Amino acid sequence: MNFSNFLLMRHEILLLAITMILLIVEIFIHKHKKSSIIHLAIFLFGIHTAIGFFTIEESSLFGGMFRTNSMIHLFKNVLNIGVFILLLQSADWLKDKIFNENRGSEFFILLFSSLLGMYFMISSGDFLMFYIGLELSTLPVAALAAIETSKRISSEAGIKLILSAALASGVSLFGISMLYATSGSIYFDSISEIITSSNLTILGMLLFFAGLAFKISLVPFHFWTADVYEGAPISIASYLSVISKGAAVFILMILLFTVLKPLMHVWENIVYVIAIATMFIGNLFALRQQNMKRFLAFSSIAQAGFILLGLITGTQLGTATVVYFVLIYIFSNLAAFGVVQAISLQTGKENIDDYEGLYRTNPNLSLVMMLALFSLAGIPPVAGFFGKFFLFTAAASEGYYLLVFLAVVNVTISLYYYLLVVRAMFLRKSENAIPYFTNKLYMRLGLIITVIGILVIGLYSPLYDYIYELSSVFN
Amino acid sequence: MDILSLFIVLPVITILVLVFTKGLKQARQIAMIGSLIQLGMAINLMFAYFKEKAVNDAIMVFTKDLVWFKQFNIHYNIGVDGISVALILLTAIVVLAGVFISWKMKDLPKEFFISLIVLSTGVYGFFISLDLFTMFVFFEIAVIPMYLLIGIWGSGPKEYSAMKLTLMLMGASAVLLVGILGIYFNSNADGGPLTFNILEIAQVNIPFKAQKLFFPLTFIGFAVIGALFPFHTWSPDGHASAPTAVSMLHAGVLMKLGGYGVFRVAMFLLPEGALHWSWFFIILSAFGVIYGAFAAIKQTDLKYINAYSSVSHLGMVLFALLMLNKTAWNGAILQSLSHGFMTALFFALIGMIYGRTHTRDINKLGGLLKVIPFISAIYVIAGLASLGLPGFSGFVAEMNIFVGAFQHDELFYRVATIISASAIVVTAVYILRVVGIMLMGPVKSEAYLDLPKVTWYEKTGIFLLLIPMVGIGVAPLWLSDMILASLEPFIQGVL
Repeated sequence: MNFSNFLLMRHEILLLAITMILLIVEIFIHKHKKSSIIHLAIFLFGIHTAIGFFTIEESSLFGGMFRTNSMIHLFKNVLNIGVFILLLQSADWLKDKIFNENRGSEFFILLFSSLLGMYFMISSGDFLMFYIGLELSTLPVAALAAIETSKRISSEAGIKLILSAALASGVSLFGISMLYATSGSIYFDSISEIITSSNLTILGMLLFFAGLAFKISLVPFHFWTADVYEGAPISIASYLSVISKGAAVFILMILLFTVLKPLMHVWENIVYVIAIATMFIGNLFALRQQNMKRFLAFSSIAQAGFILLGLITGTQLGTATVVYFVLIYIFSNLAAFGVVQAISLQTGKENIDDYEGLYRTNPNLSLVMMLALFSLAGIPPVAGFFGKFFLFTAAASEGYYLLVFLAVVNVTISLYYYLLVVRAMFLRKSENAIPYFTNKLYMRLGLIITVIGILVIGLYSPLYDYIYELSSVFN
Repeated sequence: MDILSLFIVLPVITILVLVFTKGLKQARQIAMIGSLIQLGMAINLMFAYFKEKAVNDAIMVFTKDLVWFKQFNIHYNIGVDGISVALILLTAIVVLAGVFISWKMKDLPKEFFISLIVLSTGVYGFFISLDLFTMFVFFEIAVIPMYLLIGIWGSGPKEYSAMKLTLMLMGASAVLLVGILGIYFNSNADGGPLTFNILEIAQVNIPFKAQKLFFPLTFIGFAVIGALFPFHTWSPDGHASAPTAVSMLHAGVLMKLGGYGVFRVAMFLLPEGALHWSWFFIILSAFGVIYGAFAAIKQTDLKYINAYSSVSHLGMVLFALLMLNKTAWNGAILQSLSHGFMTALFFALIGMIYGRTHTRDINKLGGLLKVIPFISAIYVIAGLASLGLPGFSGFVAEMNIFVGAFQHDELFYRVATIISASAIVVTAVYILRVVGIMLMGPVKSEAYLDLPKVTWYEKTGIFLLLIPMVGIGVAPLWLSDMILASLEPFIQGVL
């Protein structure tokens, strides 16, 4: 173990360092100037994101517990970009609501700890590290969901999240213990060699799957989603739906494609059924939602169902399309949540009805929202279309035409409710429309980055080629 | 920049300029200049095509092929033949006429023209694409602005109509997507690489089993936008609620995407599937032809009459395509063009009548020939073209269709042909009924006695559409030569 080995963990170490710096700096900052921590945190995290883009070589540490390669590295960068945008979008809310109550930097510390957990989770080389990462990524978010102490609904969201998360990770741990019992190892590499499809192994895999399905909010583990999103602050709902889901999808994909590959004939059926259930339930429940946060919650459940179309393939094509889709999804969903955040902060309004006539008062915000929703719905030329098309192509390449057909039916259903929001913003006129307001710099920056992402990622094909090349590591 | 890519680049530039305009005057001027250049380019393209075709014997000319997503073998691959050139010309004319007809668009003019041009970009892109993926992208780009165009600037139950239209068309395109993926994953049947390239796939013998499965998906996916019965229900509501220019563009151009797609993709790439399923779709389209015509008789709203008439006329296009012979196909393309000009003209006139009298109910109108003679006279001319009077484009098209259809001598084809040919008589009934009730007779309201005169921009719009309509009718040969020459490779491919 020498110094250069630690460089492999530089994402983790840097993030830990930033967390520590923020903790210490807070002590020395005057009580009335605490909000300057926001600038510092965004600045430091921006540097961290930028440093992440330096390449890294494939290697493992701690006897195989921690591993890294270019794909994992890429995914950490994707998460970083998402969190960076999220920080930009939350800055004003933090300043107005959290730092005003004279509370300190715990938002950043908790958020970064959770992100650190995700790093460890997707870098894990054995189930122990995986479990630690999973827990570390979930627990701080529960505290974050309850951060608006003045709102009862926020505390409720926190409690709901922690209870369901505890249950899910308990089940998952039970599943892991069964896998350990049958294979005698917790290391991914050795499990994949010994694993056989005995009943106990399959049960273990199922239970383990449930734990991750909870984080991705796949049906039937989705019940917490809408309530928690509605109660939690928008930044946290956004974090749960984008970053947390993205990381969980990624590790699930690694595990299914490498460790559990010998059981593919079992899990492809499970994924098939869950994909159909998730798409239909997510979409059908989204139809009747009035609150934007609940609406986006069900929309994100449905999106998770689409992601499974890439997972079911177990091929390099599947890996590439899933990562590509998650990347696009991060930008699209962050754009949608960003607009909701901006409007909620300015006016406190969160219902679809409140958006009526928005285009005539705030054209730019409505356009961002429309682009985001079109991207989520999968309408060209914005990025979401390419993401969905490639996912469907991946599924069709393995002959799942019926699944693709059901998925396109769902795309049409989802288009209906995305258009409901567009209808409210563009088609309706309203006496008491949300008046014109300007966003502050950070929010504006946060929205502009997402819009650029939505417009560019799809049309710029070398990005997909790059992801495709990297995807070979898991197959 | 090659001659075809300009058809996408120029609208995009127009849109970018439109973003910075302020007010109605600037917006309409920019939109007009953009569409005028576009029309100039389309005419130029036609002459360039004749010149190129004299020396170049390829199926598609002016081709350009750039790799886009290399993992999927997706290309930006463009090229045209006589059919696409003719349809591009139709589009350019209708768009320009649409801009003139929307000269007084007061509500959010900038956004209106932007949406209109986005729609036309999709249409141009669709007509020049030789790659299934690119084609599909442009198809969806052409459809989605309809939601805003109808929803914001429409009238009546506009939100309902806009949603219905968008969902049905996007649902169809979702089905189409499965069909396209099916074609794509069978394009390596002869051992080549997977490809989206239409010309390459046409060389491949896709297994019959796959053709049987994916032909209906592809056919329905395209034919919904061509108002195939029973998926036509979006069209009357959509047309009735849309603002004038959008009805024109939609009925005149957008619905042609259906016939073109069926021809270029479903039939060309899956010929055995087409043969296998043709009986079923012939029944549907023949029924659509007669159903549309009878439904039009019963309507009292001018726009509904015209919309159902479109269902009938475009049913004829699908019917002719399914006949799988050269004469009928020639008729189908001619019918597409003729219907494009004619129905756009109809909707423009209806818009003018509605703008003056504020009603589209024919029972409330009467004696218009006395008060607005110019509009009424043109309405009669358009009506005569619609019922297929010799000398107008409709006659040439329908003649070709039914001559082609009669070349099949099985009983089934004969019956289907007779049924759809009888729609011509019904067409005469509903056209003459409208002319009789609305244009002849006493003037029904005092308010109609003092209607505004026809303005210059309305006249420009009318003549833009009237001239080609008469032109095709009087001298169809040059056009039909251009189409027939382009049909040749398809005939060889399919039969």
